[in-house]
Amino acid sequence: MFVYYLKLAFLSLRKNPVLTALMVGAIGIGIGVFMTTLTVYHIMSSNPIPQKSDDLHIVRLDSWNPAEPYDDDLPEEAPWQLTYTDMMVLRESDIPTRHTAMMKATFVVQPDREDAHPFQEVVRMTDGDFFEMFNVPFLYGSRWSREADEFAESVVILGRDMNEKLFGGENSVGRELQFEERVYTVVGVIDSWDPAPKYYDVNNGAFDESEQIFMPLSLIMPLEKYSSGNTNCWKDEPIDDYQGFLNSECVWFQFWAELTSVDEKERYQTFLDSYVMEQKELGRFARSPNNQLTPVMDWLQNVAQVVRNDNKALVGLSFMFLAVCLVNTIGMLLAKFHGKAPQVGLRRALGASRWAVFQQQLAEVGVIGFAGGLIGLALARLGLQGAALLYEAPQHLIYMDVPMMVTSVLIAIVASVFAGLYPAWRVCRMSPALYLKTQ
Amino acid sequence: MLDMLHISKVYRANSVETHALREFSLHVDDGDFLAVTGPSGSGKTTFLNIAGMLEDATAGKYLLDGKDVSGLSDNKRSRIRNEKIGFIFQSFNLIPDLNVFDNVDVPLRYRGFNSTERGRRIMEALELVGLASRRKHIPAQLSGGQQQRVAIARALAGSPRFLLADEPTGNLDSEMAGQVMELLEEINTEGTTVIMVTHDPDLANRARRNVHLLDGRVTDNPGFEPRAVETSPIRSAVPAGATA
Repeated sequence: MFVYYLKLAFLSLRKNPVLTALMVGAIGIGIGVFMTTLTVYHIMSSNPIPQKSDDLHIVRLDSWNPAEPYDDDLPEEAPWQLTYTDMMVLRESDIPTRHTAMMKATFVVQPDREDAHPFQEVVRMTDGDFFEMFNVPFLYGSRWSREADEFAESVVILGRDMNEKLFGGENSVGRELQFEERVYTVVGVIDSWDPAPKYYDVNNGAFDESEQIFMPLSLIMPLEKYSSGNTNCWKDEPIDDYQGFLNSECVWFQFWAELTSVDEKERYQTFLDSYVMEQKELGRFARSPNNQLTPVMDWLQNVAQVVRNDNKALVGLSFMFLAVCLVNTIGMLLAKFHGKAPQVGLRRALGASRWAVFQQQLAEVGVIGFAGGLIGLALARLGLQGAALLYEAPQHLIYMDVPMMVTSVLIAIVASVFAGLYPAWRVCRMSPALYLKTQ
Repeated sequence: MLDMLHISKVYRANSVETHALREFSLHVDDGDFLAVTGPSGSGKTTFLNIAGMLEDATAGKYLLDGKDVSGLSDNKRSRIRNEKIGFIFQSFNLIPDLNVFDNVDVPLRYRGFNSTERGRRIMEALELVGLASRRKHIPAQLSGGQQQRVAIARALAGSPRFLLADEPTGNLDSEMAGQVMELLEEINTEGTTVIMVTHDPDLANRARRNVHLLDGRVTDNPGFEPRAVETSPIRSAVPAGATA
């Protein structure tokens, strides 16, 4: 009977195309707006590395100003980044399964082609463990060696797009590249990799694209590189040269540790606490001890607050807008079903039960919902383009995946059927005899 | 097969009560052809609606095949309507978006027949009324008489025990009315009980029995002269050329 009801639904909807378009449009607009905000929320609140998000911890030590917290809104939270001094000590620990420090820097790249112009590029300077910790997929080659980390070797790993740009996409492992005054050897090319949110460094936006060039963090000393990301300083201290900057209380390194067991985490926490107590005796860390190991989702949701309250409010508002659209649809369905009452009366006379009539009407609103869902998908696509502009995120990060698309259509159908319950109930409760004479 | 005992029907709108039927009693045997006559507002259609289980009586008892059907659930009433009762209306009541075949199919869908059985019954019914060749036509492409024959085919396709016809010739000219009447007579001859509401005394006189209603009560109908109806084969009810 369901197929029969679908056939009747199409006939009924075709009979009054204007009313049908209005209903489909109302649901489509409601779904489009709701799914836009819901998708943004879904992306923002999604787990970017579900396989090991419980093991990866951002490491934070509260070396900040004793007179005021790092963040007035979250006074219990330590700074998001570490000083050079602390970062170098933490790198020496062998407790975590893996750990990596990192920062963002800018280089001028000189392509090895005469017709190509030099260009400026953001580079992630990090440790070799970065690639294994964050499950970075390799197209060619592999991570650089621990010796490269230790001896500041001039090696780079390229992103897929950068490899396409510089080497036409071929296997460039072993090829050389000139950045400013130094020549670097390519040791690996990573495949497309763009975690959203960009959890490993949200300082400059949780939806920034991942970098296309990676090189050892240990190169910052010989290159005297400063961060092109956030550098936060609180202490009024003389900084005369690069070494002075390294020795300062400015925080500019992100630090992540992979802790795969409770014991490992406890031992590492003890290590951090001991280190900070030592530093306190040397006159640093004037604030109460506040050494934090925060797993990925806790970090994103509660500290970095990637999903802001206004995002949640938007989802609520858009749901209310969808409800308004549905109320309008209910009105139109009441009018439509009232117009069908004579035909319903006839069907009842010919043997249709109330339940059969009810199902037939719900099948019709289901078709309306399906069509509205497709319209809503198209509108949500436009809405997401707007959201990408709003959040200054690359378009390919703010997109609707297949589960969300299916969810959109399902929500549209369910919402429409919900909206159709009352009109369908009304029409199936009508006395069939009332209309048989008047057809 | 059909017994109505002291049936009353009262419509209430605000504080106004309208008595459509008062202490109405009737017995109809299998194979009967009953004409129900009476002026407008006399309760003819109300009687037909109660007989067809489209409405409940306010009081009294309605027995169908010896069983009281007054208090049945909607599902059971729908099932009985679908299996035992065929309806024919004055204004044909075909669904304008569906073609002839699909219109006749409507009651069979609710019966739960498979597509083969439905197809067989539909074609048999359409052949009976001489419209098998018009099965792809929509109602608007048919004459009034043809539409009423489609409605009769729809009523017959489920092999009902009795037909309830409400002014079946009311919207037809005399020639078409005659053809439809002949068709009903043939159907009755084949064993289907026919209960027909009509204003037309000539048509009423072609029935075997006549019940005259006035103000919701059965009264004598002095003008009724039942006559033996000489029926011709059903095919003869179909005008030449109707089956293109």
